[in-house]
Amino acid sequence: MTGSTETVRKVASNTTVRHYLARVAFGLVLTIVGLLFALPLVWLVLAPFDATPTLSLEWPDWTLDNFARLFQNPYAMRSIGNSLLLGVGTMIIVVVLGALAAYAMSRIRIPGRDGILYGLLLLSSIVTGTAAMVPTFQIITSLGLINTYTGVLLVLAGGILPTVIFILKDFMDSIPKSYEESARLYGAGPFRILRDVVVPIARPGLAFIAIWTIVQVWGNFLVPFILLRSPDLQPAAVLMYTFYTESGQADLRLISAFALLFSAPVLIIYFVVNRRYGFRFHGGIKS
Amino acid sequence: MAGINATRLVKEYPGGVRGVDEVDVEINDGEFFALLGPSGCGKTTLLRSIAGLEAISSGQLVIGDRDVTDAEPGARGVAMVFQDYALFPHMDVADNIAYPLRIKRVKRDDRRATAEKVADGLSLQGLIERRPGQLSGGQQQRVALARAVATRPDVLLLDEPLSNLDARLRLEARTFLKELQRDLGVTTVFVTHDQAEALALADRIAVMKAGKLQQIGSPREVFQRPNNTFVAGFIGSNPMNLVPATVSAGAIAIGDAVSTTLPPGTEDHVREGQSVVWGVRPEYLRWTTADEPGAIAAEVSVVENLGASVLIAVHVDGHKLQVVVPEDHEPAPGDRGYLVPTGSKTLLFDAESTERIG
Ligand SMILES: Nc1ncnc2c1ncn2[C@@H]1O[C@H](COP(=O)(O)OP(=O)(O)OP(=O)(O)O)[C@@H](O)[C@H]1O
Ligand SMILES: [Mg+2]
Repeated sequence: MTGSTETVRKVASNTTVRHYLARVAFGLVLTIVGLLFALPLVWLVLAPFDATPTLSLEWPDWTLDNFARLFQNPYAMRSIGNSLLLGVGTMIIVVVLGALAAYAMSRIRIPGRDGILYGLLLLSSIVTGTAAMVPTFQIITSLGLINTYTGVLLVLAGGILPTVIFILKDFMDSIPKSYEESARLYGAGPFRILRDVVVPIARPGLAFIAIWTIVQVWGNFLVPFILLRSPDLQPAAVLMYTFYTESGQADLRLISAFALLFSAPVLIIYFVVNRRYGFRFHGGIKS
Repeated sequence: MAGINATRLVKEYPGGVRGVDEVDVEINDGEFFALLGPSGCGKTTLLRSIAGLEAISSGQLVIGDRDVTDAEPGARGVAMVFQDYALFPHMDVADNIAYPLRIKRVKRDDRRATAEKVADGLSLQGLIERRPGQLSGGQQQRVALARAVATRPDVLLLDEPLSNLDARLRLEARTFLKELQRDLGVTTVFVTHDQAEALALADRIAVMKAGKLQQIGSPREVFQRPNNTFVAGFIGSNPMNLVPATVSAGAIAIGDAVSTTLPPGTEDHVREGQSVVWGVRPEYLRWTTADEPGAIAAEVSVVENLGASVLIAVHVDGHKLQVVVPEDHEPAPGDRGYLVPTGSKTLLFDAESTERIG
């Protein structure tokens, strides 16, 4: 009798111990993974203020010199402006055309509509990728749009639009048709309906698309790198590539300072939008 | 203000389904007109065709004195309340009500004033700044009505306006709707599959089945003199008893043993041996335990309590009939007795065409 209670107790304490150990191990793994992700971010924040930054993480020798040098570089600040221009430009094209196309796709019956959408989506992942680099270059050259923002905007927007149409169509599918029919009965035309009814209801989706597009363009290196020649047109992602010392080494002092500046706008946008819209996305995703 | 006149109206959906099939209907100016029928019979399709939300396949539609067969929905002078109300979720009540005025470029202050006046008229005071999501079903329904009448349309179309309300609220809203319609005097077409609602509200009712009109008439007409067995079975809170029978020796023979008299006015329209359907409403059958002339022998199978009365199901020679019996006199299942039809209220239909005889 006593023996059996003893065993029960032993087994019970055994499982508690095992449970406890498992939790500790799990926490440990998570900590390590978390650290792995956090280290580059710490570097991003510390290195710009270090007089002699290296690729390893170390306590900085505090200075603002790196930024002073960065601001002396004639292209640095301009490239951030260029990035903004490209990001906002692409965003406007993508949001306007994407909203119109998604609305049409959602409301008009075309045979094979979903096939078209999936096809576009599939192709678009190739268009802006490395595989289509040469043809993209050739097309833009023959259009005479090399070294122009028009060319870059076209290629960037073209690559992003299918995904956007796909997401927004789903969003607009969830808006009841009776809203528009009701507006139509009161004499509203298609653009009026789009402006008064569809866009306000789809606003969270549009906001998400806008931010997402800017972030995509902001980090895009390949397209502007291929299509732009003049250094004063380069966006930040490409310019960073040119920061070398005379000896041909990567200039970590400039790169680290620039990297911090480069990541700031995206972070700011994210926080502002997250506060305003909270990235609510329920309308577009059917549960 | 305007009447509606549809001539041989057809709406054919892609794939060949005729939602509305050769419908002729004339709705008078200021009339409260109900479209009644079972699910899928084409009520909504007809309503949407009148509104212009569905392109008419063939036929002609006139509203007032204008041919609007091909007119844009916005140019027909019609307003519509949708079954889901279709209130814009991002606008408050005032903006919702004033939206039609905004499209007509009425000035902001005038819009606001009109919206407030209309809202007051529909007892929506104090709710004007709320969003539709913050309103109850009944309030939403009134906002939708307010928006529809704010522009003083010639024609008001309602698609099952009461179906989203619970039973008690529905009765309230019914009275409310009737008063509103009378006050405005606007030609109103409303869709319902609830025959009681149609009987209670409408000046006239059109009963539809599979896209075709079955009968148009006042509530009394469709109730008392249904054109065919379909209308007879559809109208009335307890469906009419429809019993297959034959004409035999100037009377109606139900099976071999049972017979009853011909309904008045049908004698000259039937021939000996004709297959017919004898129709009598459960309310017009009297249950008695004593045999009397013209009575039909029956056996009770089920007894259902309706409150002030009792609905009993009885077997007559293999056919099932329903009878409404006043409370306190209800028989028990298994009882045998007699049914006495109120002769003047019985009807006769041809078995083949299902049309009423006489
Ligand atoms: N867009 C459409 N395409 C094809 N067929 C349709 C379409 N809309 C309706 N129908 C068909 O037309 C017929 C009439 O439909 P309708 O919606 O008018 O019925 P209803 O009388 O309003 O029914 P309920 O009481 O269920 O609302 C039905 O058979 C329906 O399947
Ligand atoms: Mg319907």
